[in-house]
Amino acid sequence: MSDFAVDVAGVSMVFNNGRPNQVRAIDDVSLTVRSGEFVSLIGPSGCGKSTMLRLIANLIEPTSGSITVNGKPAAQARLDGDYGMAFQQAGLFEWRSVARNVELPLELKSWDRAKRRERALEMLRLVKLDEFADHYPWELSGGMQQRVAIARALSFSPGLLLMDEPFGALDEMTREHMQTELIRICAETGCSVVFVTHSIPEAVYLSDRVIVMSPRPGRIAAIVEVDLGKRSEDTREATDFFNKVTEVREALRGFEHTDRVISVDDR
Amino acid sequence: MKRGRLAAVLPPIVFGILFLAAWELFVVARDIKPYLLPKPSAIWGQFHGNFTFIRKATQVTGTNALIGLLLGVVLGSAIAFAASRFKLLNELISPMAIAVSAMPIIVLVAIFNDLFVITSEIPRRLMVAVVVFFLVFINVSKGLTQADATQLELMRSYGAGEADIIRKVRVPHALEFFFVALRQAAPLAVVTAFVSEYFGGLQNGLGSRISQSIANSRDAAGWAYVVGACLLGLAFFLLSIALERIAMPWKVRRSSS
Repeated sequence: MSDFAVDVAGVSMVFNNGRPNQVRAIDDVSLTVRSGEFVSLIGPSGCGKSTMLRLIANLIEPTSGSITVNGKPAAQARLDGDYGMAFQQAGLFEWRSVARNVELPLELKSWDRAKRRERALEMLRLVKLDEFADHYPWELSGGMQQRVAIARALSFSPGLLLMDEPFGALDEMTREHMQTELIRICAETGCSVVFVTHSIPEAVYLSDRVIVMSPRPGRIAAIVEVDLGKRSEDTREATDFFNKVTEVREALRGFEHTDRVISVDDR
Repeated sequence: MKRGRLAAVLPPIVFGILFLAAWELFVVARDIKPYLLPKPSAIWGQFHGNFTFIRKATQVTGTNALIGLLLGVVLGSAIAFAASRFKLLNELISPMAIAVSAMPIIVLVAIFNDLFVITSEIPRRLMVAVVVFFLVFINVSKGLTQADATQLELMRSYGAGEADIIRKVRVPHALEFFFVALRQAAPLAVVTAFVSEYFGGLQNGLGSRISQSIANSRDAAGWAYVVGACLLGLAFFLLSIALERIAMPWKVRRSSS
């Protein structure tokens, strides 16, 4: 086994290759995520950060280059359940109770019923929603639904979490609360995380490293190491925190002179 | 909870009673001739007196509607499922289904009457099945093909195969569309079975009885059969709602809270 949770080597992604509407989304990107590390991908809209995440998840195949997850080819890692995924939409199945949503990946991996239920409750305790186990998703708020989605992503104990703007649809208060929760959950599970976001403070607060991507074709423009120690609510007001936010912001501004309008918070 | 239910049920009941009372008073006060508009009490008397006949006629029409409905629902769902798997089949059937749903296809029963022995119930049942088929087909097709993109990506991320995606995403998603179709199809099956009787053939159903009664100037009896027809349609509608509640428990809680 390698020490890397994710190893992306020289990956390019071209959509509609060879056709008139060809788009080069990712251009020769290499990056690694160490075991237990929290890495954020940030960049302007259309810079290919979500594409990058889908490549790691093997939901799409790269045009060139190789992707290794947990020391295996990405396709094998997907089939082995080496990563869990969460999106901006919680994507809960409305016909399943909260617990049965968390059980779904376990069902697909043929766990028996009692073990599934037990694990689902354990995961729901982790996100502090065990008392809602038998509710239906529509009975929960947006933040609670997102927590169920995280519990589901973690249900089969993957070593890696892939998250695509999971808090993007939440209000600011809920969002900060969810960030705190995510850090706690990662500490408890020892998960590595690749996290796509539009928000600079979010990226800095959560990450060990922030990877700044340039507009299309997506390349790595800068890597900002964030060493803020153990996070707390005070971290959000610390000078070091603001310095890192500024550093990321400036890295993002680096390509503003290319005459593109860049808005980091657009959606 | 109980009070809430009573409050919901009471107004329409009170309204219904007042409406019938007003009708009765109007007919008596203005001395309306019974062949123009019979009194509710006279209709009730006929309903009561002819109950055995009305029940028999309702059974005939109801059985036709039920068999046609089942046939249409099964075929509509099965072919929608097949069409969601095979693109060519979908491209062949979908445009036709949409076109047909805009046509008064009930007139086909006249042709079915020619195709089969005139003394059989088959033409009417077939007619109901055809009407129901297209309604169910269109809705279930929609449900099977329009699954949520995030849910599909999640399933792929779990390494789920196509069979799992169908079982755990597409079919439950289509269930909602299926019941939307059934809620319309169930009463429509009764209407179709009923109207089909006006195109000749056996004279044993509600539709035939109504026209016979009216033709023989037994208007109150005709109305009594109309009551039977209304009850039958209502029964089908309630049945479809009951099935929906059993099949989709997650919906029940939402509508009752």
